[in-house]
Amino acid sequence: MESTAVIEVLLRTLPAAQLESVQAGDGMPTIYVALDELVETCRALRDLPELRFAFLVDLVPVDYHPRQPRFEIVYLLASLGVAGFGDTPKRLRVKVRVPADAEVPSVSSVWPAANWSEREAYDLFGINFSAHPDLRRILMPDDWEGYPLRKDYPVQIKERVKTYEPLQVSQEQFVANLEATRERARKD
Amino acid sequence: MPEQEEDVPVLLTTVDKMVNWARRSSIWPVTFGLACCAIEMMAMSASRYDIARFGAEVFRGSPRQSDLMIVAGRLSRKMAPVLRRIYDQMPEPKYVISMGACASVGGVFDNYAIVQGVDQVVPVDVFVPGCPPRPESLIYGIVQLQKKIDRSKAFA
Repeated sequence: MESTAVIEVLLRTLPAAQLESVQAGDGMPTIYVALDELVETCRALRDLPELRFAFLVDLVPVDYHPRQPRFEIVYLLASLGVAGFGDTPKRLRVKVRVPADAEVPSVSSVWPAANWSEREAYDLFGINFSAHPDLRRILMPDDWEGYPLRKDYPVQIKERVKTYEPLQVSQEQFVANLEATRERARKD
Repeated sequence: MPEQEEDVPVLLTTVDKMVNWARRSSIWPVTFGLACCAIEMMAMSASRYDIARFGAEVFRGSPRQSDLMIVAGRLSRKMAPVLRRIYDQMPEPKYVISMGACASVGGVFDNYAIVQGVDQVVPVDVFVPGCPPRPESLIYGIVQLQKKIDRSKAFA
Protein backbone atom coordinates (compact mmCIF):
# COMPACT_ATOMS: atom_id res chain seq x y z
CA MET A 1 0.00 0.00 0.00
CA GLU A 2 1.44 3.33 -1.06
CA SER A 3 1.73 6.16 1.44
CA THR A 4 -0.68 8.30 -0.64
CA ALA A 5 -3.28 5.53 -0.41
CA VAL A 6 -2.84 5.40 3.37
CA ILE A 7 -3.38 9.17 3.57
CA GLU A 8 -6.50 8.88 1.42
CA VAL A 9 -7.99 6.35 3.82
CA LEU A 10 -7.04 8.47 6.82
CA LEU A 11 -8.55 11.64 5.35
CA ARG A 12 -11.92 9.92 5.05
CA THR A 13 -12.21 9.75 8.85
CA LEU A 14 -9.96 12.67 9.79
CA PRO A 15 -10.69 15.24 7.08
CA ALA A 16 -8.80 18.07 8.80
CA ALA A 17 -5.65 16.11 9.48
CA GLN A 18 -2.37 17.52 8.21
CA LEU A 19 -0.71 14.56 6.56
CA GLU A 20 2.25 14.56 4.28
CA SER A 21 3.59 11.78 2.12
CA VAL A 22 7.31 11.50 1.47
CA GLN A 23 9.37 9.42 -0.89
CA ALA A 24 11.65 7.40 1.36
CA GLY A 25 15.00 6.26 -0.01
CA ASP A 26 14.29 2.63 0.77
CA GLY A 27 10.84 2.67 -0.83
CA MET A 28 8.96 2.07 2.41
CA PRO A 29 5.68 4.01 2.63
CA THR A 30 6.29 6.97 4.88
CA ILE A 31 4.01 9.72 6.16
CA TYR A 32 4.49 12.76 8.33
CA VAL A 33 1.90 13.52 10.98
CA ALA A 34 1.39 16.79 12.88
CA LEU A 35 2.45 16.61 16.52
CA ASP A 36 -0.91 17.61 18.02
CA GLU A 37 -2.86 15.16 15.86
CA LEU A 38 -0.61 12.22 16.62
CA VAL A 39 -2.79 10.15 18.93
CA GLU A 40 -6.02 10.30 16.91
CA THR A 41 -4.13 9.55 13.71
CA CYS A 42 -2.43 6.58 15.34
CA ARG A 43 -5.75 5.31 16.67
CA ALA A 44 -7.23 5.58 13.17
CA LEU A 45 -4.23 3.73 11.72
CA ARG A 46 -4.81 0.97 14.21
CA ASP A 47 -8.60 0.70 13.95
CA LEU A 48 -9.62 1.45 10.34
CA PRO A 49 -10.48 -1.87 8.68
CA GLU A 50 -8.50 -0.98 5.51
CA LEU A 51 -5.35 -0.31 7.55
CA ARG A 52 -5.32 -2.25 10.84
CA PHE A 53 -1.77 -1.30 11.83
CA ALA A 54 -2.16 -3.15 15.10
CA PHE A 55 1.53 -3.79 15.68
CA LEU A 56 3.98 -1.08 16.77
CA VAL A 57 7.29 -2.61 15.74
CA ASP A 58 9.51 0.13 17.10
CA LEU A 59 9.64 3.77 18.07
CA VAL A 60 12.87 5.64 17.43
CA PRO A 61 13.79 9.24 18.09
CA VAL A 62 16.31 10.93 15.81
CA ASP A 63 18.34 13.97 16.85
CA TYR A 64 18.93 16.39 13.93
CA HIS A 65 20.84 18.93 16.04
CA PRO A 66 21.40 21.81 15.17
CA ARG A 67 18.50 21.76 12.67
CA GLN A 68 15.10 23.03 13.78
CA PRO A 69 12.80 21.34 14.73
CA ARG A 70 15.43 19.36 16.49
CA PHE A 71 13.94 15.88 16.85
CA GLU A 72 11.93 13.49 14.79
CA ILE A 73 10.22 10.44 16.16
CA VAL A 74 9.76 7.50 13.82
CA TYR A 75 7.00 5.00 14.49
CA LEU A 76 7.44 1.76 12.60
CA LEU A 77 4.11 0.04 12.14
CA ALA A 78 3.07 -3.31 10.75
CA SER A 79 -0.30 -4.63 9.68
CA LEU A 80 -0.14 -8.37 9.91
CA GLY A 81 -3.11 -9.09 7.65
CA VAL A 82 -5.24 -12.18 7.89
CA ALA A 83 -4.02 -15.08 5.79
CA GLY A 84 -6.61 -16.37 3.33
CA PHE A 85 -8.88 -13.32 3.52
CA GLY A 86 -7.20 -11.26 0.83
CA ASP A 87 -5.48 -9.07 3.41
CA THR A 88 -1.82 -8.56 2.60
CA PRO A 89 0.65 -7.71 5.34
CA LYS A 90 1.91 -4.14 5.05
CA ARG A 91 4.31 -1.81 6.74
CA LEU A 92 4.23 1.92 7.37
CA ARG A 93 6.65 4.47 8.72
CA VAL A 94 5.02 7.36 10.58
CA LYS A 95 7.17 10.37 11.40
CA VAL A 96 6.51 13.36 13.59
CA ARG A 97 8.62 16.50 13.93
CA VAL A 98 9.36 17.52 17.51
CA PRO A 99 10.89 20.85 18.60
CA ALA A 100 13.46 20.60 21.41
CA ASP A 101 11.20 21.76 24.25
CA ALA A 102 7.94 20.22 23.05
CA GLU A 103 5.88 17.58 24.76
CA VAL A 104 4.93 14.60 22.65
CA PRO A 105 1.56 12.96 23.30
CA SER A 106 2.15 9.38 24.33
CA VAL A 107 0.79 6.65 22.09
CA SER A 108 0.96 4.03 24.83
CA SER A 109 -2.83 4.27 25.05
CA VAL A 110 -3.00 3.11 21.42
CA TRP A 111 -0.23 0.50 21.46
CA PRO A 112 0.81 -0.67 24.97
CA ALA A 113 4.14 -1.65 23.39
CA ALA A 114 4.99 2.05 23.19
CA ASN A 115 5.37 2.28 26.97
CA TRP A 116 8.95 1.08 27.28
CA SER A 117 10.03 2.52 23.92
CA GLU A 118 8.91 5.96 25.04
CA ARG A 119 10.73 5.50 28.32
CA GLU A 120 13.86 4.71 26.32
CA ALA A 121 13.33 7.82 24.19
CA TYR A 122 12.95 9.87 27.35
CA ASP A 123 16.00 8.26 28.94
CA LEU A 124 18.43 8.70 26.06
CA PHE A 125 17.05 11.76 24.20
CA GLY A 126 15.19 13.64 26.94
CA ILE A 127 11.94 13.76 25.00
CA ASN A 128 8.99 14.36 27.31
CA PHE A 129 5.84 12.38 26.66
CA SER A 130 2.59 13.73 28.03
CA ALA A 131 0.03 11.30 29.49
CA HIS A 132 2.57 8.52 29.75
CA PRO A 133 1.68 6.10 32.58
CA ASP A 134 5.22 5.67 33.94
CA LEU A 135 7.78 8.07 32.47
CA ARG A 136 11.14 7.39 34.15
CA ARG A 137 14.56 6.22 33.04
CA ILE A 138 14.78 2.66 31.76
CA LEU A 139 18.46 2.01 30.91
CA MET A 140 20.62 4.62 32.61
CA PRO A 141 20.89 4.89 36.41
CA ASP A 142 18.01 6.83 37.99
CA ASP A 143 20.27 9.68 39.12
CA TRP A 144 21.96 10.13 35.74
CA GLU A 145 22.39 13.67 34.47
CA GLY A 146 21.85 14.46 30.81
CA TYR A 147 20.62 12.46 27.85
CA PRO A 148 23.45 10.39 26.35
CA LEU A 149 22.26 9.88 22.77
CA ARG A 150 21.75 13.58 22.06
CA LYS A 151 24.18 14.89 19.49
CA ASP A 152 25.61 17.46 21.92
CA TYR A 153 26.35 14.91 24.63
CA PRO A 154 30.07 14.08 25.06
CA VAL A 155 31.31 10.58 24.31
CA GLN A 156 33.45 10.41 27.40
CA ILE A 157 32.60 12.10 30.67
CA LYS A 158 35.10 12.98 33.37
CA GLU A 159 33.18 11.99 36.42
CA ARG A 160 33.92 9.82 39.41
CA VAL A 161 32.33 6.39 39.27
CA LYS A 162 29.46 6.32 41.72
CA THR A 163 29.41 3.28 43.95
CA TYR A 164 27.14 3.55 46.98
CA GLU A 165 27.00 4.90 50.47
CA PRO A 166 27.62 2.05 52.91
CA LEU A 167 24.56 1.42 55.04
CA GLN A 168 25.05 3.04 58.44
CA VAL A 169 22.78 1.71 61.17
CA SER A 170 22.83 3.36 64.59
CA GLN A 171 22.66 1.29 67.77
CA GLU A 172 19.07 2.40 68.42
CA GLN A 173 17.95 1.50 64.91
CA PHE A 174 19.65 -1.86 65.22
CA VAL A 175 17.92 -2.69 68.51
CA ALA A 176 14.55 -1.45 67.22
CA ASN A 177 14.90 -3.58 64.11
CA LEU A 178 15.88 -6.63 66.14
CA GLU A 179 12.92 -6.23 68.48
CA ALA A 180 10.52 -5.74 65.58
CA THR A 181 11.80 -8.95 63.98
CA ARG A 182 11.39 -10.88 67.24
CA GLU A 183 7.90 -9.45 67.63
CA ARG A 184 6.95 -10.67 64.15
CA ALA A 185 8.44 -14.09 64.90
CA ARG A 186 6.37 -14.36 68.12
CA LYS A 187 3.18 -13.54 66.24
CA ASP A 188 3.85 -16.20 63.63
CA MET B 1 53.57 -46.63 64.80
CA PRO B 2 57.28 -45.77 65.15
CA GLU B 3 59.01 -47.55 68.00
CA GLN B 4 61.32 -44.75 69.02
CA GLU B 5 60.52 -41.12 69.47
CA GLU B 6 63.28 -40.00 67.06
CA ASP B 7 61.48 -41.71 64.19
CA VAL B 8 58.35 -39.54 64.44
CA PRO B 9 58.14 -37.69 61.12
CA VAL B 10 58.29 -33.98 61.81
CA LEU B 11 58.00 -31.11 59.35
CA LEU B 12 59.11 -27.68 60.47
CA THR B 13 57.76 -24.53 58.83
CA THR B 14 56.61 -21.03 59.70
CA VAL B 15 53.06 -20.00 60.38
CA ASP B 16 53.20 -17.58 57.43
CA LYS B 17 54.16 -20.31 55.00
CA MET B 18 51.55 -22.67 56.35
CA VAL B 19 48.72 -20.15 56.19
CA ASN B 20 49.74 -18.88 52.77
CA TRP B 21 49.89 -22.43 51.46
CA ALA B 22 46.37 -23.05 52.72
CA ARG B 23 45.05 -19.82 51.25
CA ARG B 24 46.60 -20.13 47.81
CA SER B 25 45.71 -23.79 47.43
CA SER B 26 41.97 -23.30 47.66
CA ILE B 27 41.01 -20.05 46.00
CA TRP B 28 37.26 -20.00 45.60
CA PRO B 29 36.18 -17.47 42.97
CA VAL B 30 32.83 -15.74 43.10
CA THR B 31 30.95 -15.93 39.80
CA PHE B 32 31.06 -12.44 38.39
CA GLY B 33 30.74 -12.82 34.64
CA LEU B 34 29.75 -9.55 32.98
CA ALA B 35 30.32 -10.20 29.28
CA CYS B 36 32.08 -12.44 26.77
CA CYS B 37 35.09 -12.86 29.11
CA ALA B 38 32.80 -14.95 31.29
CA ILE B 39 32.63 -17.59 28.55
CA GLU B 40 36.41 -17.98 28.72
CA MET B 41 36.18 -18.05 32.49
CA MET B 42 33.67 -20.91 32.27
CA ALA B 43 35.93 -22.73 29.82
CA MET B 44 38.77 -22.31 32.29
CA SER B 45 36.79 -23.95 35.06
CA ALA B 46 35.38 -26.71 32.87
CA SER B 47 36.97 -30.03 31.99
CA ARG B 48 39.18 -28.98 29.08
CA TYR B 49 41.33 -26.45 30.94
CA ASP B 50 40.41 -27.64 34.41
CA ILE B 51 41.42 -25.00 36.92
CA ALA B 52 41.02 -27.68 39.64
CA ARG B 53 44.65 -28.57 38.91
CA PHE B 54 45.57 -25.30 40.61
CA GLY B 55 43.09 -25.57 43.44
CA ALA B 56 40.68 -22.83 42.38
CA GLU B 57 37.77 -24.67 40.86
CA VAL B 58 34.89 -24.08 43.24
CA PHE B 59 32.89 -21.18 41.83
CA ARG B 60 30.53 -19.85 44.43
CA GLY B 61 27.28 -18.03 43.89
CA SER B 62 27.61 -16.28 47.21
CA PRO B 63 30.27 -13.67 48.02
CA ARG B 64 30.25 -14.88 51.63
CA GLN B 65 31.95 -18.10 50.59
CA SER B 66 34.54 -16.73 48.15
CA ASP B 67 38.09 -15.40 48.27
CA LEU B 68 38.52 -14.20 44.71
CA MET B 69 36.47 -12.02 42.43
CA ILE B 70 37.21 -12.38 38.73
CA VAL B 71 35.71 -9.31 37.08
CA ALA B 72 35.06 -10.83 33.66
CA GLY B 73 33.82 -8.21 31.23
CA ARG B 74 32.99 -4.53 30.83
CA LEU B 75 31.59 -2.88 33.91
CA SER B 76 28.92 -0.27 33.30
CA ARG B 77 28.54 2.69 35.60
CA LYS B 78 25.15 1.36 36.60
CA MET B 79 26.70 -1.96 37.64
CA ALA B 80 29.57 -0.39 39.63
CA PRO B 81 27.64 -0.11 42.92
CA VAL B 82 26.65 -3.78 42.61
CA LEU B 83 30.25 -4.84 42.05
CA ARG B 84 31.41 -2.80 45.02
CA ARG B 85 28.71 -4.22 47.26
CA ILE B 86 29.54 -7.82 46.35
CA TYR B 87 33.21 -7.10 46.96
CA ASP B 88 32.38 -5.60 50.36
CA GLN B 89 30.36 -8.69 51.23
CA MET B 90 33.32 -11.03 50.67
CA PRO B 91 35.21 -12.04 53.84
CA GLU B 92 38.90 -11.20 54.22
CA PRO B 93 41.34 -12.15 52.80
CA LYS B 94 39.98 -11.34 49.37
CA TYR B 95 41.54 -10.85 45.98
CA VAL B 96 40.45 -9.38 42.66
CA ILE B 97 41.48 -10.33 39.14
CA SER B 98 40.57 -7.86 36.42
CA MET B 99 40.01 -10.04 33.38
CA GLY B 100 40.35 -8.64 29.87
CA ALA B 101 40.83 -5.25 28.27
CA CYS B 102 37.39 -3.88 29.17
CA ALA B 103 37.60 -4.60 32.88
CA SER B 104 41.17 -3.31 33.04
CA VAL B 105 40.99 -0.07 31.01
CA GLY B 106 37.60 0.09 29.33
CA GLY B 107 38.74 -1.67 26.17
CA VAL B 108 36.90 -0.69 23.01
CA PHE B 109 34.15 0.91 25.08
CA ASP B 110 35.69 4.34 25.42
CA ASN B 111 32.41 6.02 26.35
CA TYR B 112 30.36 7.54 29.13
CA ALA B 113 28.57 4.37 30.14
CA ILE B 114 31.50 2.05 30.86
CA VAL B 115 33.89 2.31 33.82
CA GLN B 116 37.38 2.86 32.41
CA GLY B 117 39.09 0.30 34.63
CA VAL B 118 37.58 -1.54 37.58
CA ASP B 119 40.47 -0.37 39.79
CA GLN B 120 38.36 2.78 40.20
CA VAL B 121 35.86 0.66 42.11
CA VAL B 122 37.76 -2.22 43.77
CA PRO B 123 41.48 -2.86 44.49
CA VAL B 124 42.83 -5.16 41.77
CA ASP B 125 45.58 -7.71 42.43
CA VAL B 126 46.18 -9.10 38.95
CA PHE B 127 45.30 -7.66 35.54
CA VAL B 128 44.89 -10.25 32.78
CA PRO B 129 45.24 -8.72 29.29
CA GLY B 130 43.41 -9.99 26.23
CA CYS B 131 40.14 -9.50 24.38
CA PRO B 132 38.98 -11.90 25.69
CA PRO B 133 41.96 -13.61 27.36
CA ARG B 134 42.25 -17.29 26.53
CA PRO B 135 41.67 -19.69 29.43
CA GLU B 136 45.42 -20.29 29.61
CA SER B 137 45.97 -16.57 30.22
CA LEU B 138 43.49 -16.57 33.04
CA ILE B 139 45.07 -19.66 34.56
CA TYR B 140 48.40 -17.83 34.34
CA GLY B 141 46.77 -14.90 36.12
CA ILE B 142 45.54 -17.16 38.89
CA VAL B 143 49.01 -18.69 39.25
CA GLN B 144 50.44 -15.17 39.49
CA LEU B 145 47.90 -14.45 42.22
CA GLN B 146 48.99 -17.60 44.05
CA LYS B 147 52.60 -16.41 43.90
CA LYS B 148 51.48 -13.08 45.25
CA ILE B 149 49.67 -14.76 48.13
CA ASP B 150 52.82 -16.80 48.83
CA ARG B 151 54.85 -13.62 49.14
CA SER B 152 52.41 -11.96 51.52
CA LYS B 153 52.58 -11.79 55.30
CA ALA B 154 49.68 -13.83 56.64
CA PHE B 155 49.66 -11.86 59.87
CA ALA B 156 50.69 -8.33 59.12
